[in-house]
Amino acid sequence: MPFIPHTEDDVREMLASIGVASIDTLFDEIPQALRSGGLTQVPEGLSEMEVTRLMHARAERDGHYSNFIGAGAYEHHIPAAVWQLVSRGEFYSAYTPYQAEASQGTLQLLYEYQTMMASLTGMDVSNASLYDGASGLAEAVLMAVRAHRHSRRILMPKTVHPYYRRTVQAIVSAQNIELVELDYDAETGITTTLPEGDFAALVIPQPNFFGCLEDADTLTDWAHDHGGLAIGLVNPTSLALLKPPGQWGSSGADIATGEGQPLGAPLASGGPYFGFLACKQDFVRQMPGRIIGRTVDLEGKPGFTLTLQAREQHIRRAKATSNICTNQGLLVTAATIYLSLLGPEGLKRVALASHANTQALVAKLTNIPGVTRAFDRPLFHEAVLKLDTPAAGVLHALEAQGILGGFDLMPTYPELGNALLICATETKTEADLQQFADHLARIMGRQQSAPPCPIKPKI
Amino acid sequence: MLIFELSRPGRKSYAQMPATAASSSGIPDMFLRRDKPLLPECSEMDVVRHYTQLSQKNFSIDTQFYPLGSCTMKYNPRACNTLAMLPQFLARHPHAAAPTGQGFLACMFELQEMLKDVTGMAAVSLTPMAGAQGEFAGVAMMRAYHLARGDAARREILVPDAAHGTNPATAVMCGYTVKEIPTNRDGDVDIEALRAAVGPHTAGLMLTNPSTLGVFERNIAEIAKIVHEAGGLLYYDGANLNAILGRVKPGDMGFDVIHMNLHKTFSTPHGGGGPGAGPVGVSERLTPFMPIPIVHEERGTYRWLSERDRPQSIGRLSAHMGNAGVLMRAYIYARMLGREGMHRVAEYATLNANYLMAELQKAGFDIAYAKRRASHEFIVSMKRLKDETGISAMDVAKRLLDKGFHAPTTYFPLLVPECLLIEPTETESKQTLDAFIAALTEIVQEARTNPDLVKGAPYTTPVRRLDDVKAARELDLTWKPAA
Repeated sequence: MPFIPHTEDDVREMLASIGVASIDTLFDEIPQALRSGGLTQVPEGLSEMEVTRLMHARAERDGHYSNFIGAGAYEHHIPAAVWQLVSRGEFYSAYTPYQAEASQGTLQLLYEYQTMMASLTGMDVSNASLYDGASGLAEAVLMAVRAHRHSRRILMPKTVHPYYRRTVQAIVSAQNIELVELDYDAETGITTTLPEGDFAALVIPQPNFFGCLEDADTLTDWAHDHGGLAIGLVNPTSLALLKPPGQWGSSGADIATGEGQPLGAPLASGGPYFGFLACKQDFVRQMPGRIIGRTVDLEGKPGFTLTLQAREQHIRRAKATSNICTNQGLLVTAATIYLSLLGPEGLKRVALASHANTQALVAKLTNIPGVTRAFDRPLFHEAVLKLDTPAAGVLHALEAQGILGGFDLMPTYPELGNALLICATETKTEADLQQFADHLARIMGRQQSAPPCPIKPKI
Repeated sequence: MLIFELSRPGRKSYAQMPATAASSSGIPDMFLRRDKPLLPECSEMDVVRHYTQLSQKNFSIDTQFYPLGSCTMKYNPRACNTLAMLPQFLARHPHAAAPTGQGFLACMFELQEMLKDVTGMAAVSLTPMAGAQGEFAGVAMMRAYHLARGDAARREILVPDAAHGTNPATAVMCGYTVKEIPTNRDGDVDIEALRAAVGPHTAGLMLTNPSTLGVFERNIAEIAKIVHEAGGLLYYDGANLNAILGRVKPGDMGFDVIHMNLHKTFSTPHGGGGPGAGPVGVSERLTPFMPIPIVHEERGTYRWLSERDRPQSIGRLSAHMGNAGVLMRAYIYARMLGREGMHRVAEYATLNANYLMAELQKAGFDIAYAKRRASHEFIVSMKRLKDETGISAMDVAKRLLDKGFHAPTTYFPLLVPECLLIEPTETESKQTLDAFIAALTEIVQEARTNPDLVKGAPYTTPVRRLDDVKAARELDLTWKPAA
């Protein structure tokens, strides 16, 4: 039987010790009517060899693509050491460090992670992670409402990822919190119109969903001048290059959050990723999720432990800051190792190379007749392009050439018309960019060429 | 030694960086960072050595017996990790169109179907990223259901006092007030108290079965009847699904909505505290409210269902589709177990728990619900030992670390004083259980002959007992370089 070590002798001896005749007897407290028949939709078990063959076949079916989609999940090179270390059983198969003395590896790593994230975001403290960027923003919103005390209004620019906005809506909707959507400027793609009235916090995405750089300094100061908090929603790769939330405006944002995936987590169809959350010291007791502190043992030797647990559900139950129980330990392990391998210089180079590749791609693509940039604004590593033909059809034709050409903005931003959000990270070469441009040019029908051939390249 | 203390200015891991990058970006100065973030400057070998050594300071399933009650710390098969990390799966962008991910989507669809069968529910959504988020999704669906029927008076969720802390915390996040229902002396829900508590204000009851006391709730049919007759819904917390996998289906017990913890029952890694995966299953009447996306199959082709397909959905819980890689590991595990293997999980998890309970009782330990069958876990109370020797459950737990065992869950559930909640899981052998019994017996002897030895434990771990009070009072949450 898979993964069950018992021999027939073991079972016999164990049943004798318990004093029952069969394993079935052990279920005799369950009312007879509830004992189910067999499973019908679960197939027969497979050996490791059989399941290997099956999964390779499934993986082959998904093929290989040259990816230019970003939209919240970014393809970066992940050093080989990252997942080799993460896959060590001592990290992979450990659990929440409830027994601190037996979990110093995980605990120290989390403390190192908190240090790195606090510094990257320019904040005082960081928690040990949340599920992902979108739910992390929801937690940041709840935290801001708790910290502010007076207002339950949150100002949410439309330049925040549309799925993040929906996630926040789903998570905070039952708590009488009002989300006020802020429009963006049609020329620059950034938030410029700010409303009247009280609010608990303004969310400031940097870069925003369109890849554009918001005027974060002005927005932060505006929020503070009007009695609200500022929540920075940031891409961690960008923080080696761009001004971190803690340095925005005259006093810095109050809370910083975002998607940690770019730091060593593979795209993997959307997860597992992790959300990061950092804040100023004043708000640490309003933070959700696990927090690690350094202390000493009874011999005075430094060590690490879960701390401020009185905020959490297993102690506070109905009065906890959140219902969150786990963090994303394994992904944080990957991120900590990733950041250690890259260092400040490496991360900055990744940011610069991604920025340069996206700029180069934009230049190539906007050379194609019928393709223009939507917004005149400095960008980080994404850009919105306007097409003179529906993006969905173009993307479909590119797929046939083995290219994932971007994120179609029609369903979420219909006012932009035929618009595409593209991204080229450091993983792309000049040849990759040119290949994309060549195919797009042909598909757009502006170059004399045969129609696209619906055959996937074999790589 | 922290990674920052290994760092030297100017040291680089050249191989890991992009070889060429412009030194400046053309981005206006006002947007740029001026200081250097505090990240380590190390060689690749420094990093590999440091984190390898850190890993060695952990207890884990791969290195120790880990009988942490209610956490189902069973063996994580290696094939699940290797196959979920095939390059095509890792490279797939979450927004890549469905036709480019049919292999992945086939796995997700089949996992949904298997989980429907295992739970006896009408439909499953894989989206929630952990048990607590599954709970949130479940209670949010209950709320959406009542509101869709115009029944806004249901403001209260009932939770047994033995429940996990996530239950009441979740109910509050969903805008409910919480009322606790007491447990009777035998470990079952106090039926009369439940009867008195329900009414037109009851949105539903959240129940774990078997409960956190390690016993099967025998009156479940009666409980379901009481809650349903009052117009409430019944929520199944799947934390302990391992105990009944393939034996009892929550749908057959009358539950309307359930979440599963795939990192427990389906053996995906606990990863030092996540990632989890908390799919939800629902009965027919709750299907319109399920969180999206959900995988849909039509003539052998798979696609995601979105807001357009499910306008009454409670919405999205993540930017994409939850912890896909965890779901892949669960799928592979389920395929390896198959139908027969799944039945065996509950059988052998229950056999191991009852054997351990019987042997510990013979060795003189106080079992909290000794007259009941253990489910996949059970509770030992150290109260008598504490009264006699001053040695607490915490002391015993710490001393177990010296004996090479991870401690059971301590001081939970809150109903039993000085408790150890012990869950051996089906993947442990009789030899391991016997060695654990011997260790616990030895510790009790030590408590009687040399209590200071036990009070001072652990001795063999990288650090001795830590000062938690100092950690909370003098918060040190980030490393700072010497000035």
